[in-house]
Amino acid sequence: MRFSTKINGQAREVDCAPNATLLEVLRSLGYTSVKQGCDREGMCGACTVLLDGEAILSCMTPAPRAAGREITSVEALGSPSAPHPIQKAFVEAGAVQCGFCTPGMILATKSLLDRVPAPSDQQIGDALSGNLCRCTGYVKIVEAVKNAAQAIAPGAVQAKESAHAK
Amino acid sequence: MPSDAKSFKVVGHSVAKVDAYGMACGREQYVADYDTRDSLIGYIVPSPHAHARIKRIDASKARAMAGVHTVLTWEDLPRNIHTTAGQGFVEPSPYDSYILDNKVRFVGDRVALIAAETREIAEAAGKALEIEWEVLPAVLDADKAMDPGAPVIHDEPEAHATIPVPYDPSKNMAAAVAMGVGDMEEVLRKSHLSYSQTYSTHYAQHCPIEPHVCLGYLDPRDRLVLVSSTQVPFHARRITAQALGIPVRQVRVVKPRIGGGFGAKQEVLLEQMVGALVLKSRRKILLQLTRAEEFVSRTRHPIKTTMDGGFNADGTVNGMRMKVLSNTGAYGSHALTVMSNCGSKVLPLYRMTTVAFDGKAVYTNLPVGGAYRGYGATQSAFAMEVFLDEVAEKLKIDPLELRRRNHIQPGESSPVFAALGEGKPGVEQRIGSSGMAECLERGAKAINWVEKRGKPGNGPIKRGIGMCALMQGSSIPEIDMASVAMKMNDDGSFNLNAGATDLGTGSDTVLAQIAAEVLGVETEDMVVVSSDTDLTPFDVGAYASSTTYLSGEAARKAALDVAMQIREVAADMFNELERVEPRPDPAKLVLKEKRVFEPGGKSFTLAQVALRSLYERDQHQIAATASAISHKSPPPFSAHFAEVEVDTETGQVKVKKYVAAIDCGTAINPKLAEGQVEGAVVNGLSYVLTEEYLFDENGRMRNPNFADYKLFGVPDMPEMVTIMVPTYEESGPYGAKSVSEICINGPGPAISNAIYDAVGVRMRDMPFTAEKVLAAIKAKRG
Repeated sequence: MRFSTKINGQAREVDCAPNATLLEVLRSLGYTSVKQGCDREGMCGACTVLLDGEAILSCMTPAPRAAGREITSVEALGSPSAPHPIQKAFVEAGAVQCGFCTPGMILATKSLLDRVPAPSDQQIGDALSGNLCRCTGYVKIVEAVKNAAQAIAPGAVQAKESAHAK
Repeated sequence: MPSDAKSFKVVGHSVAKVDAYGMACGREQYVADYDTRDSLIGYIVPSPHAHARIKRIDASKARAMAGVHTVLTWEDLPRNIHTTAGQGFVEPSPYDSYILDNKVRFVGDRVALIAAETREIAEAAGKALEIEWEVLPAVLDADKAMDPGAPVIHDEPEAHATIPVPYDPSKNMAAAVAMGVGDMEEVLRKSHLSYSQTYSTHYAQHCPIEPHVCLGYLDPRDRLVLVSSTQVPFHARRITAQALGIPVRQVRVVKPRIGGGFGAKQEVLLEQMVGALVLKSRRKILLQLTRAEEFVSRTRHPIKTTMDGGFNADGTVNGMRMKVLSNTGAYGSHALTVMSNCGSKVLPLYRMTTVAFDGKAVYTNLPVGGAYRGYGATQSAFAMEVFLDEVAEKLKIDPLELRRRNHIQPGESSPVFAALGEGKPGVEQRIGSSGMAECLERGAKAINWVEKRGKPGNGPIKRGIGMCALMQGSSIPEIDMASVAMKMNDDGSFNLNAGATDLGTGSDTVLAQIAAEVLGVETEDMVVVSSDTDLTPFDVGAYASSTTYLSGEAARKAALDVAMQIREVAADMFNELERVEPRPDPAKLVLKEKRVFEPGGKSFTLAQVALRSLYERDQHQIAATASAISHKSPPPFSAHFAEVEVDTETGQVKVKKYVAAIDCGTAINPKLAEGQVEGAVVNGLSYVLTEEYLFDENGRMRNPNFADYKLFGVPDMPEMVTIMVPTYEESGPYGAKSVSEICINGPGPAISNAIYDAVGVRMRDMPFTAEKVLAAIKAKRG
C-alpha cells in the first residue's frame, strides 16, 4: 500500500506491503541506524524511533501508522561534526561501546527530555526500561542522560536540585 | 611505577572513542547495514531432535519452490572435519564438526542450508524437506554422559583431537586435563580443617544485541568475501577455507562495526555456511540469526566444581584441589580450554604449595558451549570464592582477612602457571604488578564492610554483604600474536591498520592512544582501520583478554619504528636546512606536540617531515609493521563487594550496592576501562539472578526470547561503585594489563556470600532465583 509520511524532515511517499513494519520500511529506505535486536517482539528497544516526537518501537509498529505523521531517526539529530547535545553527552560519558543499542537509547532519551527536562532517576529508569544494552552496564548511559539534561535545560535541572535540597 | 607514568600525554586520558560519534549519529556500518538489496536470505534449517540420524533426505520439493535458489544438504558438501572454535592453529578444540552432517546432535543443530528470496520462503522450503529420521536416545544430563552404555554422540570415525590430549568420543569425553603438585591426601588428612563442597553453574547466552550475522558474495575475481560479525577475522578466514576445501587466498573476511560479542563471536559459526551458499548460488547471501536461534548458537559451559582444601587454624591454605565436570554440549568447542582455565585463572590467586586440578568435559545433546567472557574462571571463581567464605566461617576468620593472608603477592609464583596451559603445559611466571591488597582495602571501605557485616536486621527483609577476590590473565602466553601496520601521511597523520578486532570494546581507540603517545601526537592524528584480512596484518583476534596488552604492544612497537624513521629524516633536515652541525644523533631527537625537536630547541612539524619523505629528498614511505607475542599472562586483580536485600517471604534478592575495585595496570583510557568493569559486572548480576535456560524433556530450550530470559535493564541496577587501582605492569604497553573479562566473575560469589550474610543459607547452585532462595530459607527453618 502507498502512503505519505515525513522522515527526518523530508516528505516521502512509501510503498510497502500492508503488514510491513515500520522497522522494515525504514531500513529498506536506508535508515540503517534503526536496528533489530530481537525477533520483532518489542523486547530490546534497538529499533526505537520517534513518531511525532514520541519514542516508539518500530518493530511493533505497522508502517502505515506513520501515514501523515513525522518519523525521526537518530541520523536526523546531528552529525559527527555537529552532534546533538544528547549525542555529545553519550560520547563524552563513555556511554557508547558497541553502539548497537545507542540510536534507540538516544531517541528514548530525547523523547524523555522533551517531556521532562529534569528527570529523576526513577523517570530515567522508566524511560529506558525497554532498551537493552549488554556492553555498558548502564552506569554511563544514565550519567549521559543526566549530563544531556543539564546541557539542554540547565535552568530546569538547577531548579529541581534546589527544590530537592529544600 | 616509573617516574614518567604520570606525565603521559594521551595514555591515561579518557579521550572519546574514535567511532563513538559515528555510532551516536547512526552512521557506523554493521554487517546488516551494507547494501543487501540484491541479497538472498540465508537460512539454517534447525534440527527438531536432540539426537537423530538422517537416514534419507530429499530436497527436490524444496528446490522446486518459487523463490528458493539453493538448498544444500549434507550430501552436497565436502566432508571436511573441523572445529568451529575460532582459536589459533592448531586448535586445542577437537575436530568434530562438518558444515552439515548426516546426524544431528542437539535441538537446533544444522539440518540443511537454504538461500531464498525471503526468510519466509526459506522457512517454508525447510519444512518441505522430506527427511527420514532415525531418532536416537539422547544424553540430557552431563552427570550421566560417561555412564557405561550411554548413547555415543560423536560416533563418526573422523572425530579426533588435533593435539596430544585425552579425547575419547566413544565415552562422550570431549576433553580431560589433570595436574598435581604435592601430596593432596596428606594435606587433607593432616590439616587443622579439611573441607569439601560442590558448586554448580548454569547455561547462559552472551546476548549481544546484534546476533551473529554474515554477508557473503563473490568479488569480481571470484574470491569469496565475507563481511562478518566476528571477533576472529583471521581464524574465520582460515577455518572457512578449511571447511570449504578452498585456499585461504580465495577468502577475504571483513570485520565492520560489531554489535557486541562477549566470546560468542569467537566462534566461526556462519562464515562457512554463507560461503557454501555463495559458492553454490553465486549470489550475495545475508545470513542473520534470529534471537531465538542466537540462544542455541553458542553458550556458557555449565560446570560443576568440587573443591577440597586443607587449612591451618590461622587460615593459611595448605593445599586445594579443584575437580570440574564441564558440559560442552553437542560439540567440543572450547571444551578443553574453558575447563583448563577453571584451574589456571583461579587457583593461582592463593599461595599454596600443594595443589591439584582434575577436569573433564563431556558431550551431551544440549546446546553447545563456547567462549564466553570469563572463560571458565566465571564458573570456578564462584566455587572457589564461596568455598573460602565457608572455610572462613568454619575457622571464625573474617573472609576478607582470609583473602588478605593468602592472596599471591608481587614476586611470587604458583605451580599452576607452569602446569596448566591451553592444550599444553603452561608458562611459568612470577607476579609483576598487583594491586590486590589495595583493591581489598578500598573496596571494603566503599561497602563499609566492618560496620555492615553480620547485621541482617529484624524485619522480613534481611540485609547482607559479601565479597570475593578475583584474577584473570592478559593473553595466552607463548601462543597469541598480534600485529599492527602504520604509515605516515602528508599532513603528519598516520594510518594505523590493526588486525585486532574492536567489537565495541574501544580497542581501536586504545591502540591509537598508545601509538599517539609514542609519536607525540593526538589520538585524532591516527586513522584506524580494523580489521580486514586483505588490508590489515594478522592478529589472533579479540579473546583471552589480550587486545590492550598484546595488540597494544604491537602498536607501541610499530610506532617506535615509525618514530625512528621520522628522526632519521628530521636529522637530515636539521643538518641541511637548519645547518645543525654535525648532523644530530637521531636517537637524541624528541617527538612531541606534533613536531620533532633537536637538543638545541630547533624543530620541524611532522607534516614537514612527511612532505620531505614523500616528495622532496630520498623519497620513501615512512611505515612499519610490528608484531608482538607474549611470554607471560599478567593477571589483573579485583575485589568485589555486594550488599543485598533478601525478602524472606518471597525469596527475592535485590542488590542494593555493588563495589568493584580493580587493578588493570595502567588504564590506557580510564573511562573505557570503567565501562568494561561496569558492563562485565552487570552481565554477571544478570547471569546469577535472572538469566536461566529452561529445557523441555526433549532438550529443547523453552524460553529463547527476552521476555522469558530476562536481562538486566536500567530499572534493575544497583548503586554501582567502580574503583580503579593503578599499578604498572612492566611487561605491558605503558604498564597496561587486561580489564575486559575479570569482573564478570564477581557477582556469583559476592552475591551468594551476601545472601548467606543476610539469611544464613548457602546458595551453591546458580542462578539465585526467588524460588530457589525461598526454598533454601524454608529448608533451613525446617
